[in-house]
Amino acid sequence: MRRLSWFNATSLTLGFAFLYMPMIILVVYSFNESRLVTVWAGFSTKWYGELFRNEAFLDAAWVTLRVAVFSSTLATILGTAAAYVLVRGGKFFGKTLFSGMIYAPLVMPDVILGLSLLLLFIAVGLDRGMLTIILAHTTFAMCYVAVVVSSRLVSFDRSLEEAALDLGCTPWDAFRSVTLPIIAPAVISGWLLGFTLSLDDLVIASFASGPSSTTLPIKIFSAVRLGVSPEINALSSILIGFVTIGVITFSISTKRAVVRRQREENAVT
Amino acid sequence: MAEPSSKPNTTVFAPWTDPNAVPLIRFKNVTKRFGDFTAIDDLTLDIYEREFFALLGPSGCGKTTMMRMLAGFENPTDGTIEIGGQDMTGVPPNLRAVNMMFQSYALFPHLSVFDNIAFGLKRSDMPKTEIPDRVNEMLRLTRLEKFAKRKPHQISGGQRQRVALARSLAKAPKLLLLDEPLGALDKKLREETQFELMDIQEKTGTTFVIVTHDQEEAMTVASRVAVMDAGIIKQVDTPAAIYEAPNSVYVADFIGDVNLIEGTASASGEHAYDITYAEGVPPIKVSECTQDVAEGARVTFAIRPEKILVSQTPPEDRANTLEGTIIDIGYLGNLSTYHVELPGGQMVKATMTNSSRISRRDFTWEDKVWLSFRASAGVVLGE
Amino acid sequence: MKRAALILLPYSWLIALFLIPFVIVIKISLSDIALAIPPYTPNLDLSQGWAGIKAFFAQLDFDNFRFLTTDDLYWKAYLSSLRIAVVSTLLTLCVAYPLAYGMARAPDEWRPTLMMLVILPFWSSFLIRVYSWKAILANEGLLNQFLMLIGVIDTPLTILNTNTAVYIGIVYTYLPFMVLPLYSALEKLDGSLLEAAEDLGCTRFQAFWLITFPLSRNGIIAGCFLVFIPVMGEFVIPELLGGSQTLMIGKVLWEEFFSNRDWPVASAVAVLLLAILVVPIVLFQRNEEKQREAEG
Repeated sequence: MRRLSWFNATSLTLGFAFLYMPMIILVVYSFNESRLVTVWAGFSTKWYGELFRNEAFLDAAWVTLRVAVFSSTLATILGTAAAYVLVRGGKFFGKTLFSGMIYAPLVMPDVILGLSLLLLFIAVGLDRGMLTIILAHTTFAMCYVAVVVSSRLVSFDRSLEEAALDLGCTPWDAFRSVTLPIIAPAVISGWLLGFTLSLDDLVIASFASGPSSTTLPIKIFSAVRLGVSPEINALSSILIGFVTIGVITFSISTKRAVVRRQREENAVT
Repeated sequence: MAEPSSKPNTTVFAPWTDPNAVPLIRFKNVTKRFGDFTAIDDLTLDIYEREFFALLGPSGCGKTTMMRMLAGFENPTDGTIEIGGQDMTGVPPNLRAVNMMFQSYALFPHLSVFDNIAFGLKRSDMPKTEIPDRVNEMLRLTRLEKFAKRKPHQISGGQRQRVALARSLAKAPKLLLLDEPLGALDKKLREETQFELMDIQEKTGTTFVIVTHDQEEAMTVASRVAVMDAGIIKQVDTPAAIYEAPNSVYVADFIGDVNLIEGTASASGEHAYDITYAEGVPPIKVSECTQDVAEGARVTFAIRPEKILVSQTPPEDRANTLEGTIIDIGYLGNLSTYHVELPGGQMVKATMTNSSRISRRDFTWEDKVWLSFRASAGVVLGE
Repeated sequence: MKRAALILLPYSWLIALFLIPFVIVIKISLSDIALAIPPYTPNLDLSQGWAGIKAFFAQLDFDNFRFLTTDDLYWKAYLSSLRIAVVSTLLTLCVAYPLAYGMARAPDEWRPTLMMLVILPFWSSFLIRVYSWKAILANEGLLNQFLMLIGVIDTPLTILNTNTAVYIGIVYTYLPFMVLPLYSALEKLDGSLLEAAEDLGCTRFQAFWLITFPLSRNGIIAGCFLVFIPVMGEFVIPELLGGSQTLMIGKVLWEEFFSNRDWPVASAVAVLLLAILVVPIVLFQRNEEKQREAEG
């Protein structure tokens, strides 16, 4: 086992401490009796109670969740198609433009994306509401999905698809029965990525939403512009908790699958 | 362990000699270009039913392209390919009665061995109830019954190869294409599998077309071999004919070991020539030539090393006797190879079996020896 | 043909929802503000036919762009954004590199866990993570409390609502974007190259500087693009952590649009920002394509 030099060990510790300290602090202070961060007044869960009694927050959370599910599902379908076109499409008219449109949104500042989409909705006379947010989120999320899935497709063994065709599949059947099951982890990662980005988006949602469709990030933003808010601490801790459980579960199950597979392969050779 | 099936050799399988036989596969003036590069150049070839046909050649000679055109993954730029009398232009792979065994096996990693084999059957006309029986039949044929439920990563390389074979035979295709099927196996397994393949081919009566760069493999399994070079077929014949009667220096050199001696030909009788190859030595006498050679033409005389006898004294009964010096000896256990230098400077390779066990060999380095061979032992080649 | 349909589906979506909106932004940037809904003129009236189209184009002008050049605020904001983006990209690189390097040199069994630890903050809400720094950097915040407790300072440092807080916020938020491509590049590095260098006489540091650093170039480039370009137009971090002195073009655009309700000027700001970013974005896309083709 390779030993870490003291320099590397220190970098790792400091780096991760920097990354996690703020989140840990939030969680700790969400249980603070006092409203202020400066004073620790005892353990209390009252802010969690306040949070759940706040109708506005709950409504916004429900909107946000639905938007995230719809947009990431739509984005996964469009993004997977885009990835397939990018990797297997060969040369076609306008491929450079297509490729540019996939990569540009990944780095484009949100304010530009948000502004342009809003102006589009106004121009075509589409009322702003949940639909417009879904359309907006789908657009940038599909690019992320496309990048994740195309990266998997590039290393995909094409002879598997040829074997499927050889054995009697139409191209769509080959994709559905062979390619898709094998690239499924990448497709699922794409969905999760789109889901998180949608859940988290503030700027684009601010441009694309209407009066009746406030999302959670918009609500959080207006609350925290002025200062620290203990209900937001509680909300943050809940979100962090969900994400942590999700990521840890995912890591453990992947690791178990990898270990199991290694053992099976070793047993054969 | 599989052994070559013994059958009485009453009828020799040779449909290509029968004028009434209809070929299963016809390549008619097929050309395939990739951009500027011509992979296949105006190729015409007939392959008959029940043949075990080998496409043999070095990397880049076009053999894989030919196979992919048969499978339907590429289409000819010019010319037509017929399978079973039907023009295959534009017919996609999934609609052809052709199946392929891939070099990398291409087993579906997310499906069990059973489901891999059943995959093609589920997409055919076979009623769902009959599929398990057919799959089990294939498992028995390839001796994989115990592994039916396992996934590809849970079985060994040799077993994966058999799954690939079973899967490609499940639909009883008219034509089975094998793309370098034995490359990944070690030598012993390769030999066993070669005989197994021949057995299965005979049992199922399927036409096999195998692509390989390994000439030993082609010679072992094939009923006919097509030797290819740069998109052109140099010679199509049975392994014996390819070996003993190559039609060009390329073919003679590609298969096995051969001695090539250049010289000038002059007729000396019916189908017989004298080849003058050096000054001051008698010419090589060649008889039973199949080709006609112009008087005085530059030719290459080709003779296999095992046809040459090495002895200390010149034998009486051989038409050709050449004097030389042993420069090198290679001892291979069952054979010894002698590199002999002729007075004119040419190097000739002769192999003899070590038929006696005594440790004291007859020959050693720098020995003056006599090489001898019959007039019919070699062939005269044009270029 | 099936293939055409497959290409058209995502293609037409992106044209409709990505490309056309940009065209509209350009058009609006050439329009004038109006007290109307929508709050700009002219509007394209196709019912007038060709005359309507000509009238439409006649009313477009570059007034808004001229306005941007006359008012100090704008070019100062662009420059300030550029400065902040460059500095924070470099800072992020400096913080991310040791972390990514440590991860790449860690024992194999740790790697998946370390990856997970880097990705976890990325999956948590970005807004919340930025917000958390408000609590830490405030005058009564935890950082000042801690420093006063251990006696390093007597009076609280003013960090919140200054550019410093913005830098900290940007580095913190964008760290995973820099670490992941760096780690990916460093992980591919063959350890025997460094051993060969040391065998031939290099010190550990020389081996790092002459071998490791140049070979991680792809990761550095990718990471820098992933940080610099979005930070140029960043809004949330300067809004929450910065002060009135913090000039960033993302904030300016937001305020033009939501506070001043001057959509044409906001659009002009966006067009100019896009013009500045076009070159980096194209370079980024080319770099990604090259990487993908190299692996394929």
